[in-house]
Amino acid sequence: MTGSDLILSAKGMTKQFAGFMAVNNVDLDVRRGSIHALIGPNGAGKTTCFNLLTKFLQPTSGTISFNGRDITTLGASEIARLGMVRSFQISAVFPKLTVIENVRVALQRRRGTNFDFWRAQTVLGEFDAEAMRRVEEVGLEDFAHHTAQELSYGRKRALEIATTLALEPEMLLLDEPMAGMAQADVERISALIKSISAGRTILMVEHNLSVVADLSDTITVLARGQVLAEGGYETVSKDPRVIEAYIGVGHG
Amino acid sequence: MSDHTMTGRPAAQRATRPLAIPPLHLAIFAGLLAFFAVAPFFLYPVFLMKVMCFVLFACAFNLLLGYGGLLSFGHAAFFGSASYVSAHAAKVWGLSPELCVLMGSGTAALLGLVIGSLAIRRQGIYFAMVTLAFAQMVYFISLQAPFTGGEDGIQAVPRNRLFGIINLSSDMALYGFVFVIVFAGLFLIYRVIHSPFGQVLKAIRENEARSVSLGYQVNRYKLAVFVISATLAGTAGATKALVFQLASLTDVHWAMSGEVVLMALLGGMHTVFGPIVGAAIIVTMQTISPASAPGLQCCRA
Ligand SMILES: Nc1ncnc2c1ncn2[C@@H]1O[C@H](COP(=O)(O)OP(=O)(O)O)[C@@H](O)[C@H]1O
Ligand SMILES: [Mg+2]
Repeated sequence: MTGSDLILSAKGMTKQFAGFMAVNNVDLDVRRGSIHALIGPNGAGKTTCFNLLTKFLQPTSGTISFNGRDITTLGASEIARLGMVRSFQISAVFPKLTVIENVRVALQRRRGTNFDFWRAQTVLGEFDAEAMRRVEEVGLEDFAHHTAQELSYGRKRALEIATTLALEPEMLLLDEPMAGMAQADVERISALIKSISAGRTILMVEHNLSVVADLSDTITVLARGQVLAEGGYETVSKDPRVIEAYIGVGHG
Repeated sequence: MSDHTMTGRPAAQRATRPLAIPPLHLAIFAGLLAFFAVAPFFLYPVFLMKVMCFVLFACAFNLLLGYGGLLSFGHAAFFGSASYVSAHAAKVWGLSPELCVLMGSGTAALLGLVIGSLAIRRQGIYFAMVTLAFAQMVYFISLQAPFTGGEDGIQAVPRNRLFGIINLSSDMALYGFVFVIVFAGLFLIYRVIHSPFGQVLKAIRENEARSVSLGYQVNRYKLAVFVISATLAGTAGATKALVFQLASLTDVHWAMSGEVVLMALLGGMHTVFGPIVGAAIIVTMQTISPASAPGLQCCRA
Protein backbone atom coordinates (compact mmCIF):
# COMPACT_ATOMS: atom_id res chain seq x y z
CA MET A 1 0.00 0.00 0.00
CA THR A 2 1.47 3.35 -0.95
CA GLY A 3 0.74 6.49 1.01
CA SER A 4 -1.67 8.05 -1.46
CA ASP A 5 -3.82 4.92 -1.45
CA LEU A 6 -4.64 5.71 2.12
CA ILE A 7 -7.21 8.34 2.85
CA LEU A 8 -7.10 7.94 6.61
CA SER A 9 -4.29 6.63 8.72
CA ALA A 10 -3.95 6.40 12.48
CA LYS A 11 -0.69 5.42 14.15
CA GLY A 12 -0.45 4.33 17.75
CA MET A 13 -3.80 5.92 18.53
CA THR A 14 -4.47 5.72 22.26
CA LYS A 15 -7.17 7.07 24.54
CA GLN A 16 -7.06 6.75 28.25
CA PHE A 17 -10.05 7.57 30.49
CA ALA A 18 -8.96 7.98 34.10
CA GLY A 19 -6.42 5.20 33.86
CA PHE A 20 -8.60 2.98 31.69
CA MET A 21 -7.34 2.31 28.15
CA ALA A 22 -10.43 2.61 25.97
CA VAL A 23 -8.28 2.61 22.83
CA ASN A 24 -4.81 1.16 23.11
CA ASN A 25 -2.15 1.74 20.48
CA VAL A 26 -4.40 1.24 17.47
CA ASP A 27 -2.99 1.43 13.96
CA LEU A 28 -5.70 1.87 11.39
CA ASP A 29 -5.27 2.39 7.66
CA VAL A 30 -8.29 3.05 5.50
CA ARG A 31 -7.87 2.69 1.74
CA ARG A 32 -9.34 5.37 -0.47
CA GLY A 33 -12.62 4.30 -2.05
CA SER A 34 -13.11 1.29 0.19
CA ILE A 35 -15.83 0.31 2.60
CA HIS A 36 -14.05 -0.50 5.81
CA ALA A 37 -15.86 -2.06 8.73
CA LEU A 38 -14.88 -1.74 12.36
CA ILE A 39 -16.38 -4.54 14.40
CA GLY A 40 -15.97 -5.92 17.86
CA PRO A 41 -17.86 -6.68 21.04
CA ASN A 42 -19.57 -3.94 23.01
CA GLY A 43 -17.13 -1.74 24.86
CA ALA A 44 -14.31 -2.64 22.47
CA GLY A 45 -13.64 1.03 21.80
CA LYS A 46 -15.21 1.46 18.37
CA THR A 47 -17.15 4.61 19.14
CA THR A 48 -14.15 6.01 20.97
CA CYS A 49 -12.08 5.38 17.82
CA PHE A 50 -14.65 7.36 15.83
CA ASN A 51 -14.49 10.15 18.37
CA LEU A 52 -10.71 10.22 18.09
CA LEU A 53 -10.60 10.08 14.32
CA THR A 54 -13.10 12.93 13.98
CA LYS A 55 -11.50 14.85 16.85
CA PHE A 56 -14.54 14.84 19.09
CA LEU A 57 -11.99 13.48 21.54
CA GLN A 58 -8.32 14.34 21.71
CA PRO A 59 -6.10 11.22 21.65
CA THR A 60 -3.85 10.66 24.64
CA SER A 61 -1.12 9.75 22.18
CA GLY A 62 -0.69 8.79 18.54
CA THR A 63 -1.13 10.60 15.25
CA ILE A 64 -3.93 10.74 12.72
CA SER A 65 -3.61 11.83 9.13
CA PHE A 66 -6.33 12.44 6.57
CA ASN A 67 -5.44 12.77 2.89
CA GLY A 68 -1.79 12.92 3.86
CA ARG A 69 -2.36 15.81 6.21
CA ASP A 70 -1.69 15.54 9.92
CA ILE A 71 -5.02 16.28 11.59
CA THR A 72 -4.06 15.27 15.12
CA THR A 73 -4.42 18.79 16.48
CA LEU A 74 -7.38 20.03 14.43
CA GLY A 75 -10.86 20.69 15.81
CA ALA A 76 -13.95 18.61 15.11
CA SER A 77 -15.73 21.12 12.89
CA GLU A 78 -12.54 21.59 10.90
CA ILE A 79 -12.38 17.85 10.22
CA ALA A 80 -15.91 18.02 8.83
CA ARG A 81 -14.96 20.89 6.56
CA LEU A 82 -12.00 18.89 5.26
CA GLY A 83 -14.49 16.30 4.00
CA MET A 84 -14.68 13.66 6.72
CA VAL A 85 -18.16 13.59 8.23
CA ARG A 86 -19.40 11.26 10.92
CA SER A 87 -22.75 10.04 12.11
CA PHE A 88 -23.49 9.07 15.70
CA GLN A 89 -24.39 5.82 17.39
CA ILE A 90 -27.45 7.46 18.89
CA SER A 91 -29.35 8.95 16.01
CA ALA A 92 -28.39 12.56 15.61
CA VAL A 93 -31.08 14.66 14.03
CA PHE A 94 -32.42 18.10 14.79
CA PRO A 95 -35.68 16.98 16.44
CA LYS A 96 -37.80 20.10 16.09
CA LEU A 97 -36.73 20.86 12.53
CA THR A 98 -38.57 19.23 9.67
CA VAL A 99 -36.92 16.56 7.54
CA ILE A 100 -36.28 19.09 4.78
CA GLU A 101 -34.91 21.61 7.25
CA ASN A 102 -32.57 19.00 8.71
CA VAL A 103 -31.00 18.38 5.34
CA ARG A 104 -30.95 22.07 4.53
CA VAL A 105 -28.81 22.78 7.58
CA ALA A 106 -26.13 20.63 5.98
CA LEU A 107 -26.55 22.16 2.52
CA GLN A 108 -26.43 25.62 4.01
CA ARG A 109 -22.84 25.09 5.01
CA ARG A 110 -21.90 25.76 1.41
CA ARG A 111 -22.60 29.39 2.04
CA GLY A 112 -19.37 29.32 4.01
CA THR A 113 -18.86 30.53 7.52
CA ASN A 114 -21.59 33.02 7.11
CA PHE A 115 -22.98 35.05 9.96
CA ASP A 116 -25.50 37.05 7.95
CA PHE A 117 -28.07 37.49 10.67
CA TRP A 118 -29.59 40.47 8.90
CA ARG A 119 -30.62 38.51 5.80
CA ALA A 120 -34.04 36.88 5.44
CA GLN A 121 -33.99 33.11 5.50
CA THR A 122 -35.78 33.04 2.16
CA VAL A 123 -32.31 32.91 0.60
CA LEU A 124 -32.22 29.30 1.82
CA GLY A 125 -34.95 28.49 -0.70
CA GLU A 126 -32.18 27.85 -3.20
CA PHE A 127 -31.40 24.63 -1.33
CA ASP A 128 -34.95 23.25 -1.25
CA ALA A 129 -34.80 21.32 -4.49
CA GLU A 130 -31.55 19.64 -3.60
CA ALA A 131 -32.69 18.93 -0.05
CA MET A 132 -35.76 17.23 -1.50
CA ARG A 133 -33.57 15.11 -3.76
CA ARG A 134 -31.54 13.95 -0.78
CA VAL A 135 -34.72 13.17 1.12
CA GLU A 136 -36.04 11.14 -1.80
CA GLU A 137 -32.75 9.29 -2.04
CA VAL A 138 -33.35 7.75 1.37
CA GLY A 139 -37.07 7.25 0.77
CA LEU A 140 -38.35 9.89 3.15
CA GLU A 141 -40.22 12.05 0.64
CA ASP A 142 -43.57 11.37 2.28
CA PHE A 143 -42.24 12.74 5.53
CA ALA A 144 -40.43 15.76 4.13
CA HIS A 145 -42.46 18.22 6.18
CA HIS A 146 -42.71 16.23 9.36
CA THR A 147 -40.48 17.19 12.22
CA ALA A 148 -37.65 14.75 12.80
CA GLN A 149 -38.92 13.84 16.25
CA GLU A 150 -42.06 12.36 14.69
CA LEU A 151 -40.06 9.82 12.68
CA SER A 152 -39.55 6.19 13.60
CA TYR A 153 -36.06 5.16 14.66
CA GLY A 154 -35.19 3.67 11.29
CA ARG A 155 -36.33 6.78 9.49
CA LYS A 156 -34.31 8.98 11.80
CA ARG A 157 -31.23 7.00 10.80
CA ALA A 158 -32.14 7.42 7.17
CA LEU A 159 -32.53 11.16 7.68
CA GLU A 160 -29.15 11.25 9.34
CA ILE A 161 -27.59 9.61 6.32
CA ALA A 162 -29.37 12.01 3.98
CA THR A 163 -28.05 14.93 6.01
CA THR A 164 -24.53 13.54 5.99
CA LEU A 165 -24.66 12.90 2.26
CA ALA A 166 -25.83 16.43 1.61
CA LEU A 167 -22.35 17.58 2.54
CA GLU A 168 -20.97 15.34 -0.21
CA PRO A 169 -18.16 14.25 2.05
CA GLU A 170 -15.16 12.46 0.68
CA MET A 171 -15.26 10.16 3.65
CA LEU A 172 -18.13 9.04 5.88
CA LEU A 173 -17.88 7.49 9.31
CA LEU A 174 -21.09 5.69 10.18
CA ASP A 175 -21.52 4.46 13.74
CA GLU A 176 -23.97 1.54 13.73
CA PRO A 177 -26.14 3.00 10.97
CA MET A 178 -28.50 0.04 11.05
CA ALA A 179 -28.81 -0.72 14.74
CA GLY A 180 -32.42 -1.08 15.76
CA MET A 181 -33.74 -1.05 12.21
CA ALA A 182 -36.40 -3.33 10.80
CA GLN A 183 -35.17 -5.78 8.16
CA ALA A 184 -36.74 -3.85 5.29
CA ASP A 185 -34.95 -0.69 6.41
CA VAL A 186 -31.68 -2.59 6.80
CA GLU A 187 -31.89 -3.67 3.20
CA ARG A 188 -32.70 -0.20 1.96
CA ILE A 189 -29.95 1.51 3.94
CA SER A 190 -27.52 -1.23 3.00
CA ALA A 191 -28.26 -0.65 -0.68
CA LEU A 192 -27.97 3.08 -0.10
CA ILE A 193 -24.55 2.73 1.50
CA LYS A 194 -23.41 0.63 -1.43
CA SER A 195 -24.64 3.17 -3.93
CA ILE A 196 -23.08 6.15 -2.18
CA SER A 197 -19.78 4.37 -1.76
CA ALA A 198 -18.91 5.07 -5.39
CA GLY A 199 -16.18 7.69 -5.29
CA ARG A 200 -16.25 7.80 -1.50
CA THR A 201 -14.64 6.09 1.42
CA ILE A 202 -16.77 4.70 4.20
CA LEU A 203 -15.69 3.58 7.62
CA MET A 204 -18.53 1.97 9.52
CA VAL A 205 -19.21 0.28 12.81
CA GLU A 206 -21.83 -2.39 12.37
CA HIS A 207 -23.02 -5.38 14.35
CA ASN A 208 -25.08 -6.96 11.61
CA LEU A 209 -22.47 -9.39 10.31
CA SER A 210 -24.31 -10.27 7.13
CA VAL A 211 -24.34 -6.58 6.23
CA VAL A 212 -20.66 -6.36 7.08
CA ALA A 213 -19.88 -9.43 4.99
CA ASP A 214 -21.87 -8.07 2.10
CA LEU A 215 -20.59 -4.50 2.07
CA SER A 216 -17.08 -4.30 3.35
CA ASP A 217 -13.79 -4.62 1.55
CA THR A 218 -11.79 -4.67 4.76
CA ILE A 219 -12.72 -5.52 8.32
CA THR A 220 -10.85 -4.50 11.43
CA VAL A 221 -11.75 -6.35 14.59
CA LEU A 222 -11.32 -4.47 17.82
CA ALA A 223 -11.39 -5.99 21.29
CA ARG A 224 -10.54 -4.29 24.59
CA GLY A 225 -9.23 -1.28 22.78
CA GLN A 226 -6.81 -3.21 20.60
CA VAL A 227 -6.79 -4.47 17.03
CA LEU A 228 -7.37 -8.18 17.11
CA ALA A 229 -7.45 -9.00 13.43
CA GLU A 230 -7.78 -7.33 10.06
CA GLY A 231 -8.57 -8.47 6.54
CA GLY A 232 -11.44 -9.63 4.35
CA TYR A 233 -14.53 -11.28 5.80
CA GLU A 234 -13.28 -14.79 5.00
CA THR A 235 -10.00 -14.28 6.82
CA VAL A 236 -11.39 -12.48 9.80
CA SER A 237 -14.37 -14.73 10.41
CA LYS A 238 -12.12 -17.78 10.59
CA ASP A 239 -9.63 -16.21 12.95
CA PRO A 240 -9.78 -18.14 16.22
CA ARG A 241 -9.02 -15.06 18.32
CA VAL A 242 -11.98 -13.27 16.75
CA ILE A 243 -14.28 -16.21 17.41
CA GLU A 244 -13.07 -16.35 20.96
CA ALA A 245 -13.51 -12.62 21.52
CA TYR A 246 -17.06 -12.77 20.23
CA ILE A 247 -18.03 -15.86 22.17
CA GLY A 248 -16.09 -14.82 25.24
CA VAL A 249 -17.59 -11.36 25.58
CA GLY A 250 -20.82 -11.97 23.78
CA HIS A 251 -22.48 -10.21 20.90
CA GLY A 252 -23.81 -6.74 21.37
CA MET B 1 -53.98 25.59 -7.01
CA SER B 2 -50.80 27.25 -8.10
CA ASP B 3 -47.44 26.11 -6.85
CA HIS B 4 -45.17 28.69 -5.28
CA THR B 5 -42.46 26.50 -3.85
CA MET B 6 -39.07 26.32 -5.40
CA THR B 7 -39.02 22.56 -5.35
CA GLY B 8 -41.60 22.17 -8.05
CA ARG B 9 -43.49 19.84 -5.72
CA PRO B 10 -47.25 19.60 -5.96
CA ALA B 11 -49.13 21.93 -3.67
CA ALA B 12 -50.05 19.10 -1.31
CA GLN B 13 -46.41 18.69 -0.39
CA ARG B 14 -45.61 22.34 -0.06
CA ALA B 15 -43.53 23.24 2.97
CA THR B 16 -45.68 23.30 6.07
CA ARG B 17 -43.21 25.78 7.44
CA PRO B 18 -42.42 28.20 4.65
CA LEU B 19 -39.33 30.36 4.66
CA ALA B 20 -41.27 33.57 4.15
CA ILE B 21 -42.74 35.47 7.10
CA PRO B 22 -46.02 33.77 8.02
CA PRO B 23 -49.15 35.96 7.73
CA LEU B 24 -49.89 35.40 11.42
CA HIS B 25 -46.59 36.97 12.42
CA LEU B 26 -47.19 39.92 10.13
CA ALA B 27 -50.61 40.35 11.71
CA ILE B 28 -49.16 40.25 15.22
CA PHE B 29 -46.50 42.79 14.29
CA ALA B 30 -49.12 45.04 12.74
CA GLY B 31 -51.32 44.68 15.82
CA LEU B 32 -48.44 45.57 18.15
CA LEU B 33 -47.48 48.58 16.06
CA ALA B 34 -51.07 49.78 15.97
CA PHE B 35 -51.54 49.26 19.70
CA PHE B 36 -48.42 51.13 20.72
CA ALA B 37 -49.12 53.90 18.21
CA VAL B 38 -52.55 54.58 19.68
CA ALA B 39 -52.02 53.62 23.32
CA PRO B 40 -50.26 56.81 24.55
CA PHE B 41 -53.49 58.71 23.92
CA PHE B 42 -55.24 56.52 26.50
CA LEU B 43 -52.57 55.23 28.88
CA TYR B 44 -49.65 56.90 30.65
CA PRO B 45 -46.89 57.34 28.10
CA VAL B 46 -44.17 56.77 30.73
CA PHE B 47 -45.75 53.47 31.70
CA LEU B 48 -45.96 52.44 28.04
CA MET B 49 -42.36 53.44 27.44
CA LYS B 50 -41.32 51.33 30.39
CA VAL B 51 -43.26 48.42 28.94
CA MET B 52 -41.58 48.89 25.57
CA CYS B 53 -38.08 49.05 27.06
CA PHE B 54 -38.66 45.84 28.97
CA VAL B 55 -40.25 44.21 25.95
CA LEU B 56 -37.04 44.86 24.05
CA PHE B 57 -34.93 43.68 26.98
CA ALA B 58 -36.94 40.46 27.33
CA CYS B 59 -36.84 39.73 23.60
CA ALA B 60 -33.09 40.40 23.43
CA PHE B 61 -32.56 38.07 26.36
CA ASN B 62 -34.80 35.44 24.86
CA LEU B 63 -32.91 35.53 21.57
CA LEU B 64 -30.07 34.00 23.57
CA LEU B 65 -32.16 31.64 25.68
CA GLY B 66 -34.84 30.50 23.29
CA TYR B 67 -32.82 30.42 20.10
CA GLY B 68 -29.21 30.14 21.24
CA GLY B 69 -30.15 27.69 24.00
CA LEU B 70 -28.02 29.70 26.43
CA LEU B 71 -29.38 30.75 29.81
CA SER B 72 -27.63 33.94 30.89
CA PHE B 73 -28.03 34.99 34.46
CA GLY B 74 -26.12 38.20 33.96
CA HIS B 75 -28.07 40.24 31.45
CA ALA B 76 -28.43 43.07 33.96
CA ALA B 77 -24.76 43.79 33.27
CA PHE B 78 -25.59 44.80 29.70
CA PHE B 79 -28.84 46.55 30.52
CA GLY B 80 -27.31 48.41 33.45
CA SER B 81 -23.95 49.38 32.00
CA ALA B 82 -25.68 50.78 28.92
CA SER B 83 -28.05 52.65 31.21
CA TYR B 84 -25.11 54.26 33.04
CA VAL B 85 -23.24 55.13 29.86
CA SER B 86 -26.35 56.61 28.27
CA ALA B 87 -27.15 58.66 31.37
CA HIS B 88 -23.55 59.84 31.67
CA ALA B 89 -23.38 60.78 28.00
CA ALA B 90 -26.59 62.79 28.26
CA LYS B 91 -25.85 64.50 31.54
CA VAL B 92 -22.10 65.09 31.57
CA TRP B 93 -21.32 65.25 27.88
CA GLY B 94 -24.67 66.70 26.83
CA LEU B 95 -24.94 64.32 23.89
CA SER B 96 -28.15 64.00 21.90
CA PRO B 97 -30.36 61.00 22.80
CA GLU B 98 -29.66 58.93 19.69
CA LEU B 99 -25.93 59.13 20.46
CA CYS B 100 -26.56 58.22 24.10
CA VAL B 101 -28.44 55.10 23.04
CA LEU B 102 -25.74 54.24 20.50
CA MET B 103 -22.99 54.62 23.07
CA GLY B 104 -24.91 52.57 25.61
CA SER B 105 -25.53 49.82 23.06
CA GLY B 106 -21.89 49.90 21.98
CA THR B 107 -20.72 49.53 25.57
CA ALA B 108 -23.03 46.55 26.04
CA ALA B 109 -21.72 45.05 22.81
CA LEU B 110 -18.11 45.28 23.96
CA LEU B 111 -18.98 43.93 27.37
CA GLY B 112 -20.94 41.16 25.66
CA LEU B 113 -17.91 40.28 23.57
CA VAL B 114 -15.70 40.00 26.66
CA ILE B 115 -18.16 38.16 28.92
CA GLY B 116 -19.49 36.06 26.06
CA SER B 117 -16.12 34.80 24.89
CA LEU B 118 -15.37 33.57 28.40
CA ALA B 119 -18.83 32.19 29.16
CA ILE B 120 -19.57 30.21 25.98
CA ARG B 121 -16.78 27.77 26.83
CA ARG B 122 -19.04 26.48 29.58
CA GLN B 123 -22.28 24.59 29.26
CA GLY B 124 -25.64 24.76 31.00
CA ILE B 125 -25.57 25.80 34.63
CA TYR B 126 -21.85 26.66 34.44
CA PHE B 127 -22.58 29.09 31.65
CA ALA B 128 -25.23 30.73 33.82
CA MET B 129 -22.80 30.91 36.75
CA VAL B 130 -20.06 32.55 34.69
CA THR B 131 -22.46 35.18 33.36
CA LEU B 132 -23.73 35.81 36.89
CA ALA B 133 -20.19 36.15 38.23
CA PHE B 134 -19.30 38.75 35.61
CA ALA B 135 -22.55 40.60 36.18
CA GLN B 136 -21.73 40.81 39.88
CA MET B 137 -18.36 42.25 38.94
CA VAL B 138 -20.09 44.89 36.86
CA TYR B 139 -22.40 45.57 39.81
CA PHE B 140 -19.52 46.16 42.20
CA ILE B 141 -17.72 48.34 39.68
CA SER B 142 -20.93 50.37 39.35
CA LEU B 143 -21.11 50.68 43.10
CA GLN B 144 -17.53 51.90 43.42
CA ALA B 145 -16.80 53.78 40.20
CA PRO B 146 -16.74 57.57 40.50
CA PHE B 147 -19.00 58.36 37.55
CA THR B 148 -21.97 56.14 38.50
CA GLY B 149 -23.00 58.10 41.56
CA GLY B 150 -22.86 55.13 43.92
CA GLU B 151 -26.12 54.54 45.81
CA ASP B 152 -27.74 57.61 44.26
CA GLY B 153 -27.13 56.63 40.68
CA ILE B 154 -27.16 59.27 37.96
CA GLN B 155 -30.27 61.35 38.52
CA ALA B 156 -32.02 64.10 36.59
CA VAL B 157 -30.66 62.90 33.27
CA PRO B 158 -31.62 65.44 30.60
CA ARG B 159 -33.33 64.10 27.48
CA ASN B 160 -31.71 66.72 25.27
CA ARG B 161 -32.56 67.21 21.61
CA LEU B 162 -32.89 64.41 19.10
CA PHE B 163 -30.24 64.95 16.40
CA GLY B 164 -29.64 68.23 18.23
CA ILE B 165 -32.92 69.56 16.86
CA ILE B 166 -36.09 67.95 18.24
CA ASN B 167 -36.80 68.60 21.90
CA LEU B 168 -37.70 65.37 23.68
CA SER B 169 -38.62 66.85 27.04
CA SER B 170 -42.32 66.21 26.46
CA ASP B 171 -43.33 62.62 27.11
CA MET B 172 -45.12 62.35 23.79
CA ALA B 173 -42.07 63.40 21.81
CA LEU B 174 -39.92 60.94 23.73
CA TYR B 175 -42.56 58.28 23.14
CA GLY B 176 -42.03 58.51 19.41
CA PHE B 177 -38.29 58.08 19.87
CA VAL B 178 -38.69 55.03 22.13
CA PHE B 179 -41.32 53.55 19.81
CA VAL B 180 -38.97 53.69 16.82
CA ILE B 181 -36.00 52.24 18.73
CA VAL B 182 -37.94 49.41 20.32
CA PHE B 183 -39.68 48.32 17.16
CA ALA B 184 -36.47 48.53 15.16
CA GLY B 185 -34.90 46.31 17.83
CA LEU B 186 -37.80 43.85 17.74
CA PHE B 187 -37.67 43.68 13.99
CA LEU B 188 -33.94 42.99 14.11
CA ILE B 189 -34.47 40.19 16.63
CA TYR B 190 -37.17 38.69 14.45
CA ARG B 191 -34.82 38.90 11.51
CA VAL B 192 -31.97 37.22 13.36
CA ILE B 193 -34.24 34.33 14.32
CA HIS B 194 -35.43 33.96 10.75
CA SER B 195 -32.12 34.37 8.99
CA PRO B 196 -29.71 31.75 7.64
CA PHE B 197 -27.67 32.45 10.78
CA GLY B 198 -30.75 31.84 12.92
CA GLN B 199 -31.31 28.52 11.20
CA VAL B 200 -27.84 27.38 12.25
CA LEU B 201 -28.55 28.63 15.79
CA LYS B 202 -31.63 26.46 15.96
CA ALA B 203 -29.62 23.49 14.76
CA ILE B 204 -27.01 24.11 17.47
CA ARG B 205 -29.71 24.42 20.10
CA GLU B 206 -31.30 21.17 18.90
CA ASN B 207 -28.13 19.12 18.66
CA GLU B 208 -24.79 20.73 19.24
CA ALA B 209 -22.60 17.69 18.52
CA ARG B 210 -24.37 17.11 15.24
CA SER B 211 -23.87 20.73 14.25
CA VAL B 212 -20.15 20.35 14.93
CA SER B 213 -20.04 17.16 12.89
CA LEU B 214 -21.60 19.04 9.99
CA GLY B 215 -18.72 21.49 10.16
CA TYR B 216 -20.21 24.42 12.05
CA GLN B 217 -17.97 26.28 14.46
CA VAL B 218 -20.59 26.40 17.13
CA ASN B 219 -18.68 28.63 19.53
CA ARG B 220 -18.53 31.40 16.97
CA TYR B 221 -22.26 31.22 16.44
CA LYS B 222 -22.86 31.23 20.17
CA LEU B 223 -20.59 34.22 20.63
CA ALA B 224 -22.26 36.09 17.79
CA VAL B 225 -25.74 35.61 19.22
CA PHE B 226 -24.45 36.47 22.69
CA VAL B 227 -23.11 39.78 21.44
CA ILE B 228 -26.29 40.60 19.51
CA SER B 229 -28.37 39.80 22.58
CA ALA B 230 -26.13 41.87 24.85
CA THR B 231 -26.17 44.80 22.45
CA LEU B 232 -29.95 44.93 22.26
CA ALA B 233 -30.29 44.46 26.02
CA GLY B 234 -28.01 47.50 26.17
CA THR B 235 -30.23 49.40 23.75
CA ALA B 236 -33.15 48.73 26.09
CA GLY B 237 -31.18 49.88 29.13
CA ALA B 238 -29.83 53.00 27.44
CA THR B 239 -33.32 53.98 26.33
CA LYS B 240 -34.76 53.29 29.75
CA ALA B 241 -32.23 55.68 31.32
CA LEU B 242 -33.57 58.49 29.13
CA VAL B 243 -37.20 57.62 29.85
CA PHE B 244 -36.81 57.64 33.64
CA GLN B 245 -34.00 60.18 33.52
CA LEU B 246 -32.21 57.86 35.90
CA ALA B 247 -29.52 55.21 35.89
CA SER B 248 -29.13 53.38 39.15
CA LEU B 249 -27.82 50.25 40.83
CA THR B 250 -31.14 48.46 40.34
CA ASP B 251 -30.34 48.40 36.61
CA VAL B 252 -27.23 46.28 37.21
CA HIS B 253 -28.54 44.32 40.19
CA TRP B 254 -28.83 40.54 39.89
CA ALA B 255 -32.58 40.86 40.53
CA MET B 256 -32.79 42.59 37.15
CA SER B 257 -31.16 39.54 35.54
CA GLY B 258 -33.67 37.33 37.33
CA GLU B 259 -36.57 39.47 36.26
CA VAL B 260 -35.76 39.18 32.58
CA VAL B 261 -35.48 35.39 32.93
CA LEU B 262 -38.95 35.45 34.44
CA MET B 263 -40.35 37.60 31.63
CA ALA B 264 -39.02 35.20 28.99
CA LEU B 265 -40.23 32.09 30.79
CA LEU B 266 -43.63 33.56 31.57
CA GLY B 267 -44.27 34.37 27.93
CA GLY B 268 -42.75 31.22 26.49
CA MET B 269 -39.10 31.00 25.56
CA HIS B 270 -39.48 29.12 22.32
CA THR B 271 -41.87 31.65 20.87
CA VAL B 272 -41.01 34.87 19.09
CA PHE B 273 -43.71 36.97 20.72
CA GLY B 274 -44.04 35.28 24.10
CA PRO B 275 -41.48 37.43 25.95
CA ILE B 276 -43.41 40.53 24.83
CA VAL B 277 -46.40 39.25 26.77
CA GLY B 278 -44.21 38.23 29.71
CA ALA B 279 -42.60 41.67 29.90
CA ALA B 280 -45.92 43.47 29.62
CA ILE B 281 -47.47 41.37 32.39
CA ILE B 282 -44.60 41.81 34.81
CA VAL B 283 -44.19 45.55 34.24
CA THR B 284 -47.94 46.01 34.64
CA MET B 285 -47.97 44.00 37.87
CA GLN B 286 -45.14 46.06 39.28
CA THR B 287 -46.83 49.29 38.35
CA ILE B 288 -50.26 48.43 39.70
CA SER B 289 -49.05 46.86 42.91
CA PRO B 290 -45.35 47.01 43.57
CA ALA B 291 -45.76 45.10 46.82
CA SER B 292 -47.21 42.13 45.00
CA ALA B 293 -43.83 41.40 43.47
CA PRO B 294 -41.52 41.45 46.45
CA GLY B 295 -38.45 39.90 44.85
CA LEU B 296 -38.61 42.32 41.99
CA GLN B 297 -37.74 45.65 43.54
CA CYS B 298 -35.92 46.96 40.55
CA CYS B 299 -37.18 49.24 37.85
CA ARG B 300 -40.06 50.78 39.70
CA ALA B 301 -40.74 54.12 38.16
N1 LIG C 1 -16.17 9.61 27.94
C1 LIG C 1 -15.82 8.43 28.51
N2 LIG C 1 -15.35 8.40 29.79
C2 LIG C 1 -14.98 7.24 30.37
N3 LIG C 1 -15.06 6.04 29.76
C3 LIG C 1 -15.54 6.01 28.50
C4 LIG C 1 -15.95 7.19 27.82
N4 LIG C 1 -16.37 6.85 26.57
C5 LIG C 1 -16.24 5.52 26.49
N5 LIG C 1 -15.73 5.01 27.64
C6 LIG C 1 -15.43 3.60 27.91
O1 LIG C 1 -14.58 3.15 26.89
C7 LIG C 1 -14.92 1.84 26.50
C8 LIG C 1 -15.15 1.77 25.02
O2 LIG C 1 -16.38 2.40 24.73
P1 LIG C 1 -16.93 2.58 23.26
O3 LIG C 1 -15.88 3.19 22.42
O4 LIG C 1 -18.23 3.30 23.34
O5 LIG C 1 -17.18 1.08 22.83
P2 LIG C 1 -17.97 0.48 21.59
O6 LIG C 1 -18.43 1.60 20.72
O7 LIG C 1 -16.98 -0.41 20.91
O8 LIG C 1 -19.10 -0.30 22.15
C9 LIG C 1 -16.11 1.42 27.33
O9 LIG C 1 -15.67 0.63 28.41
C10 LIG C 1 -16.67 2.74 27.80
O10 LIG C 1 -17.28 2.56 29.05
MG1 LIG D 1 -20.27 2.18 20.14
